[in-house]
Amino acid sequence: MNAPVRAGPPGDGVGEAMEADDTPVPAAAELDRRKPRLLAWLLLAPLLVWLAGFVVAPTAILFVYSFCERDEVGRVVYHFTWDNYRRVFDPIYLHIFWRSILYAGLTTVICVVIGYPVAYFIARAREEWRHKLLLLVMIPFWTSFLIRTYAWITILKQEGLLNGFLQSLALPVAPLDLLYTPTAVVIGLVYAYLPFMILPIYGSAEKLENAVIEAAYDLGAGPLRAFSAVIVPLTMPGIAAGTLLVFVPAIGMFAITDLMGGAKVPMIGNVIQNQFLQARDWPFGAALGVVFMLMFAVTYWIVQRRGAQMA
Amino acid sequence: MNGVNGTMVELRSVTKRFGPCTAVDDVSLAIHPGEFITLLGPSGCGKTTLLRLLAGFETPDHGAVFLDGAEVTHLPPYRRNVNQVFQSYALFPHMNVRDNIGFGLRMQRVPEAEAATRIREVIEMVSLTGMEDRQPHQLSGGQRQRVALARALICRPKVLLLDEPLSALDAKLRHAMQLELKRLQRLLGLTFVYVTHDQEEALTMSDRIALMNRGRIEQLDDTFAIYHKPRTAFAADFLGQANLLNADLVSRNGTTALVRLPDGLEFTINSGELPAGARRVLVSIRPEKIYISKRRVHAVNVFIARIEEEIFQGAMDQLLLVTESGTQLHALAANESAMQKAFHEGDRVYCGLHLDDIVIVQAE
Repeated sequence: MNAPVRAGPPGDGVGEAMEADDTPVPAAAELDRRKPRLLAWLLLAPLLVWLAGFVVAPTAILFVYSFCERDEVGRVVYHFTWDNYRRVFDPIYLHIFWRSILYAGLTTVICVVIGYPVAYFIARAREEWRHKLLLLVMIPFWTSFLIRTYAWITILKQEGLLNGFLQSLALPVAPLDLLYTPTAVVIGLVYAYLPFMILPIYGSAEKLENAVIEAAYDLGAGPLRAFSAVIVPLTMPGIAAGTLLVFVPAIGMFAITDLMGGAKVPMIGNVIQNQFLQARDWPFGAALGVVFMLMFAVTYWIVQRRGAQMA
Repeated sequence: MNGVNGTMVELRSVTKRFGPCTAVDDVSLAIHPGEFITLLGPSGCGKTTLLRLLAGFETPDHGAVFLDGAEVTHLPPYRRNVNQVFQSYALFPHMNVRDNIGFGLRMQRVPEAEAATRIREVIEMVSLTGMEDRQPHQLSGGQRQRVALARALICRPKVLLLDEPLSALDAKLRHAMQLELKRLQRLLGLTFVYVTHDQEEALTMSDRIALMNRGRIEQLDDTFAIYHKPRTAFAADFLGQANLLNADLVSRNGTTALVRLPDGLEFTINSGELPAGARRVLVSIRPEKIYISKRRVHAVNVFIARIEEEIFQGAMDQLLLVTESGTQLHALAANESAMQKAFHEGDRVYCGLHLDDIVIVQAE
């Protein structure tokens, strides 16, 4: 099976090139081979420089900082300590970690529930419609993320569009107190990440052979069983990729929690942002960041493994 | 139990349109129990749509479909006791051979012990023993084909539908599978509805052939009759090769009639199928029916022709004949001697044609 997500760990390309080095090369062939290999390295060079500068170096700095101390004005002091990691496991932060996982998890589930039918419908639509529908999914990206989030504030606030609409219907539930609640945060997260769920599911649903679904019907599977026994397993790579693309960024999101949650329900992203900006405690922020990254890695690994088992 | 009048499948004036195009046009067809029937025709003739109407993947715009006496016109595929072997096989790529084959039984909630026995039996029947744990992508084309067949047969359908199941196989394997399918069909006594565009395949396997063209059944007959007594120009041309010739009726003489080709060549034909008042006819002559010899031929119809082209085809020699008056005829002659060729380009030969071998396909 193809890995659902192409982006491997940084340095993947390097690893492959090194492996080629390990294989014994007959002496006669060596001269012939050296030239293309040099060329390959040269072609790879821009990517390697980019990876080194923007992935490896920042991660290394973060890692080093997480074991340092800070002085009174917030400068990093290079003196080894485990303190930052000890503080990460303080109940306050564990609680925020949990909340982040919960919100991101809820967001992912809602995105699957809403995104799957949309993606499936688009993938099964007639060819000339497919591209137009896909365009509709992507149109929001043409506007700045922050502006779209402010638009949601306008909709959800107490005198906003939603409450105005509900009041005009004279429903007794209005006015709803939605903005600056966890509900608003999850609404904002779902809105922001839904396309990242739809696109990969569309990718695998589009490849689904119609005859395979017909075969399921033909063999006595009703729509529900055809869906659960054939369609879902065959689109699982898309669901797995979508889950990664939604869950991982959602867990670290800070702008939506600030704007739509009114900073009342901070997620782990907010805490890290605060350590670097307001609290000026870079080593602690770095430690949170490292733990956070490890969590991503584990999630990624689990999803990949599940995906591989499915196929 | 068989339906009324020993009919397993019946289509009554079925029409199916896709937008402006009529895929199946007012087709009626009755299929007997235990029969191997082939829907034969060029691509786009409506044969696959007809099969899909039987499977339940399409619903007719007009008309009704009956299965074993019960109307199934609007039943979805999962409520019909028919199963299909798909052209692309449509195996479930996420299941191994055993799970693919057992899928239908799981859907029917057949108890596990019984299911295991039936899976083993059907795997044995299609000679896939030892392959149970393979994934579809680990199988060859022929093996995939067998899995698709086993997966459909295990559900014990009343009718098995096959949509060009052998088209992806190479010629040799295809021929072996044709014979095996035929053997299996006889062994199980099952009704097979087979779709193909390959006339040789249709002749090899079928009891009857429904020859389709432009959404209609052009001719429905057993293989012998459909080959030897084509009733339309299309039928004569599609099944095997045919020389189609226009001719004017000159005279009738009891059971025979005399016709004249545009070039003046005259043939005596059977007048049995000739409607009264017909003046012009279209006749079909099979290439292998023209008897060719270098010596004088005694037959009802004798003419002299020159061999314009000679192509060696192993068992047969394919010849292009030109009569003295200029009419071109395709002929096949058996290669009887391994020592030397019987015929060469430029040879002048006698040609003989039997009464029965000139078939009227059209008269007006």
